[in-house]
Amino acid sequence: MPETNGHDAPRVGFYVCHCGHNIAGIVDVAEVARFAGTLPNVIVARDYKYMCSDPGQELIITDIREHRLNRIVVASCSPLLHEHTFRVATEKGGLNPFYFQMVNIREDVSWVTENHDAATHKALDLVRAAVRRVAHHRSLATKHVRIHPDVLVVGAGISGIHAALTLANAGKKVTLVEREPTIGGHMAMFDKTFPTLDCAACILTPKMSAVKNHPNITLWSYSEVSEVSGYVGSYTVKVKRKPRFVSEELCVGCMECIDACVYKEGKTPDEFNQGLSKRKPVYIPFPQATPQVVLIDPDTCIEFKSGRCKKTCVEKCDRNAIDFKQKEEIKEIQVGTIILATGFKTFDPKRIPYYGYGKYPNVYSSLEVERLVNASGPTGGDLVLRDGRHPKTVGIIHCVGSRDRNTNRWCSRTCCMYSLKLAHLLKEHSEAEVYNFYIDIRAAGKAYEEFYDKLLEENIHFIRGRVAEVTDWSARPEEEGKMIIRVEDTLIGVVRRVPVDMVVLAVGMEPQADSQDVRRMFNISCSTEGFFLERHPKLAPVDTFTDGIFIAGACQGPKDIPDSVAQAGAAAAQALSLIDAGEVELEPNTAYVVEESCSGCKSCLNICPYTAITRDETRQKAFINEALCKGCGTCVATCPSGAIRQNLFEDEQIFSEIEGLLQEKESVLTGGGAWRAPA
Amino acid sequence: MASTGMKQGTNGWEPRIVAFFCNWCTYTAADLAGVSRLRHAPNARVIRVMCSGRLDPQFVLDAFARGADGVLVGGCHPGDCHYMEGNYKALRRVRLLQRMMKDMGIHEDRFRLEWISASEGEKVKTTINTMTERVRALGPLGLPERFAEWDEEMDGLAHAIAAQEEAVHA
Ligand SMILES: Cc1cc2nc3c(=O)[nH]c(=O)nc-3n(C[C@H](O)[C@H](O)[C@H](O)COP(=O)(O)OP(=O)(O)OC[C@H]3O[C@@H](n4cnc5c(N)ncnc54)[C@H](O)[C@@H]3O)c2cc1C
Ligand code: SF4
Ligand code: SF4
Ligand code: FES
Repeated sequence: MPETNGHDAPRVGFYVCHCGHNIAGIVDVAEVARFAGTLPNVIVARDYKYMCSDPGQELIITDIREHRLNRIVVASCSPLLHEHTFRVATEKGGLNPFYFQMVNIREDVSWVTENHDAATHKALDLVRAAVRRVAHHRSLATKHVRIHPDVLVVGAGISGIHAALTLANAGKKVTLVEREPTIGGHMAMFDKTFPTLDCAACILTPKMSAVKNHPNITLWSYSEVSEVSGYVGSYTVKVKRKPRFVSEELCVGCMECIDACVYKEGKTPDEFNQGLSKRKPVYIPFPQATPQVVLIDPDTCIEFKSGRCKKTCVEKCDRNAIDFKQKEEIKEIQVGTIILATGFKTFDPKRIPYYGYGKYPNVYSSLEVERLVNASGPTGGDLVLRDGRHPKTVGIIHCVGSRDRNTNRWCSRTCCMYSLKLAHLLKEHSEAEVYNFYIDIRAAGKAYEEFYDKLLEENIHFIRGRVAEVTDWSARPEEEGKMIIRVEDTLIGVVRRVPVDMVVLAVGMEPQADSQDVRRMFNISCSTEGFFLERHPKLAPVDTFTDGIFIAGACQGPKDIPDSVAQAGAAAAQALSLIDAGEVELEPNTAYVVEESCSGCKSCLNICPYTAITRDETRQKAFINEALCKGCGTCVATCPSGAIRQNLFEDEQIFSEIEGLLQEKESVLTGGGAWRAPA
Repeated sequence: MASTGMKQGTNGWEPRIVAFFCNWCTYTAADLAGVSRLRHAPNARVIRVMCSGRLDPQFVLDAFARGADGVLVGGCHPGDCHYMEGNYKALRRVRLLQRMMKDMGIHEDRFRLEWISASEGEKVKTTINTMTERVRALGPLGLPERFAEWDEEMDGLAHAIAAQEEAVHA
C-alpha cells in the first residue's frame, strides 16, 4: 500500500462526530468543525452523524485520497473505544495508521458537562491540542508478538471447567488450576438446579471426569497461582502446589485409609458440607470429588501434631500412597493466554445480626440448605434440623446481603430463582409449609417466569416485604418454641408475625475475599464492588484491560450457571481467536534511546520495572530492549539528558498538546465559540 | 449549577486546569464517569499518558508557564500501577515539584496528585470539582503575564546598567 510520508507539511483532515444526540445534543458540532477549519494545517473539517459507521470511515478514506491528507484527527468518543477503528480507516486511506489522533468529546465532554457553551468551549480546546499534536506524529510499525498456544485457566467451578474443556477439545493444551482439593466449585454442592430441576451432579460430574481424563488438560487441584509475569502471548506463571500428603499418582481413591484412620469419628467441621457434618484428618471432600484422591489435613492429623500416631492409614494403603514428607512444590509454566474463573463467595449472614444467623441454630444459609436437601449430603437428604426436629414451617428470606444499602447494593440475580428451587425441594423433602419473603421476584431468564408460575401452584406462600427481624420472643401461645419472622406485608399494608421452625437466608453473591490480590497478580482491574472488571460492559464482556487475560463466570459479577457457561465459552473463543491468529499486534509505544544524547549516566538503568534497559559498556550508552519494554514511559521522564523518547508519547507531542490546550486566543479571535461562563 | 461545581468567576474568568491521566486507571475512570453521566466542572482538560510515571516535571512547569491555573495528575493507587511502580516514581517527582513550586510562590492547591482507580468514576467527578473550586478561590495564576512583566523589568534593568556603564566609560 502506498504510504504518504510524514515529512511533507502536515495536511490535516478533521472530523467531528455527532454520535446521534450523544455529542451533538450538548456540543455545538457545527461550530467545532468551523473552528477546526480555521486552525493551521487543517485542509478539510467536517461534522458527521456517526463517524464510526462505514460511511463515516469512508469520508476519511476518500478525503485522504482527494485532498492528499497526511494527518487525521477525529473528535468523537473515547480512544479506548474507537481509536483502533479510525487508525484502520487512516490506513485504508493509504496513510500509516499512527498519523491519527483522537479527541474524546463524548465521555470526557458531552456526557459530563451540563452547560452547552462550556462543553463546546472545552471541545474546542481539546481539538486545538489534537491538531497541534498530530503534526508531530510519525510513521510507526506495529510490533507483532507470537502467541504461545497453551492456556492457563484459574478456578475450576463450572465456568473454569467449561472453558478448559472447550479449549482442550479444540486441541489446545490447558493447565487448570484449582485451589480446593476438588474441582466443581459451588455447583458441585447443589442437589438440583433451577429452572429445569435437573440433578446438578448428573450434568456436572461427567464434565469433571472429562477434565480429569482429557489428554490436553493438566489439572492441578489444591494449587494456587503465586506469580505471573510477561505479556500477551507469552506469560510465565508460577503455581504453588500444596502438599496433600498423598501421592496423586498412586492413590486410586478407594478411601480405605479414611475408614482405617485412628479417629473412629470425624472431629473437624466438613468444609464441603458447610460444617453440617464432621470429617477426619484424612478425607475426600465428597464421593465424586475430582481428582479421586484423598488428602491429609496436617492441622488435625495426630502424626503431624505429635509424630506418634499408629498410622493405621498407612498400614491400610496397599499402594503406599501416603507420604507425610510431601513438600509444597512450585511449578513454572509458559502460556499465551489466561482465563480467570475464580467465582464468588456467599454473603456472610452474620453481618445482619437481626436475622439471627449463628444465634438461633435453626437459621440456615441457603448454601447449607443446598447440602441438607442433597441426597448425597450430610443427612442423605433428610430435612432434619440442628436440634433434631423436622420442620413443619419454613421461612425463606430473600435478598440477604443484596439490594441493601447497608451491605451490598447489587442484586445477586440468582437468589430469587434458587429460593424458588429450594422452596420446591423443601416441600419435596418434608411436609412443611413454606413461606417466601421477597422484595420483588426477579425471574428474568428463559423459562424462569414459568418456573415461578409453577411454584405458585405448588401451594407455596409468598409474602412481599423486606423482613425486619427474626426473633424467638413469642407474643402468642402458637408462637411458643418457634422463631418469629416479623415483616411488613406491603401488598396488604400490615405488619405480620409468621412463626416458623426453620429460617433459610437467601444469601447474595460477593467477590471472593482475595479478589483484590488476585486481580493485582494478573494486573487487571475490579469494578467498585470488587468483581473483576470487563473491558467493555456490552461489547467486551469477557476481555480485560490486559491483553490476553479473560474473565468468565461469577468472578465478573453475580450470575447463574447458564450465563456462567455462556461466558466461559466466550472467554475460550477469545483465547482461541488469539491463538489461531498466531500473533498479536502490540501498541508500538515503546521507548528508545537517542545515542548521541545519552551521557551514560545510568540513571535509567534501575528505573525500568521490566529490566528492559541495559548499558552497552563499550560505548557507554544505555540501550532499551524493545521486546521487553512495555511502554510506561517512566524512563523517558527520568533521563536527565532527554535522551530517551517514547513512541506515540514523544515530548513534542505532549508539549504541543499542552500548548494547544492553553492557547485560548484563537477561539476568541475567531468570534463564535468564545465561551462565557453561564450565569 | 451547584451540581457541576460551576460558578461565575470574576469577570467571566474560569480556572483552566491541565490534567495528566494514566491510561489504565484514571483515564478509564474518567470514561466511566462519562458512561455514568456524572456531570462535573468543565474546567479540566485531559492529556492521556500511558502511566503517571511518564509525567515529566517539565510538562507541569510548561503548563503553568503557558497559563494553566492548576495541574492535576491522576494515576493508579499504590500497588495497582499497570506497570508495577510507575506511580511511585510519579509520586517522588511530584513531591520534588511541590517543593519547587512553593519556592516559586505557586500555591500548593494548584498542583494535585490523586490516585483514582478504573472503578472510581465518582472520584474523578469530586476531584475535578473540588480542585476547580479551590483554584477558583485562588484566582488566576497568570504566569505568562508575570513572565512578561519580569521580562520588562529585566529589560529595564539591562538598559539602566548599559546607561551606567556608558556613563562610567565616558
Ligand atoms: C445457594 C446457591 C444456589 C444456587 N443454585 C443455582 C441453580 O440452581 N442454578 C443456577 O444456574 N445457578 C445457581 N447458583 C449460582 C451458581 O452457583 C453460579 O452461577 C456458579 O457457581 C458460578 O460458577 P463459577 O465457576 O463462575 O464460580 P464458582 O462455582 O464459585 O467456582 C469458582 C472456583 O474457582 C476456585 N477458585 C477461586 N479462587 C481461586 C484462586 N485464586 N485460585 C484457584 N482457584 C480458585 C474456587 O475454589 C471454585 O472452585 C446458586 C448459587 C447459590 C449461592
Ligand atoms: S538516563 Fe538518559 S543519559 Fe543517563 S544513561 Fe539513561 S539514557 Fe543515557
Ligand atoms: S518505557 Fe517503561 S517499560 Fe519501556 S524501557 Fe522505559 S521504563 Fe522500561
Ligand atoms: S499505569 Fe496508572 S499509574 Fe502507572
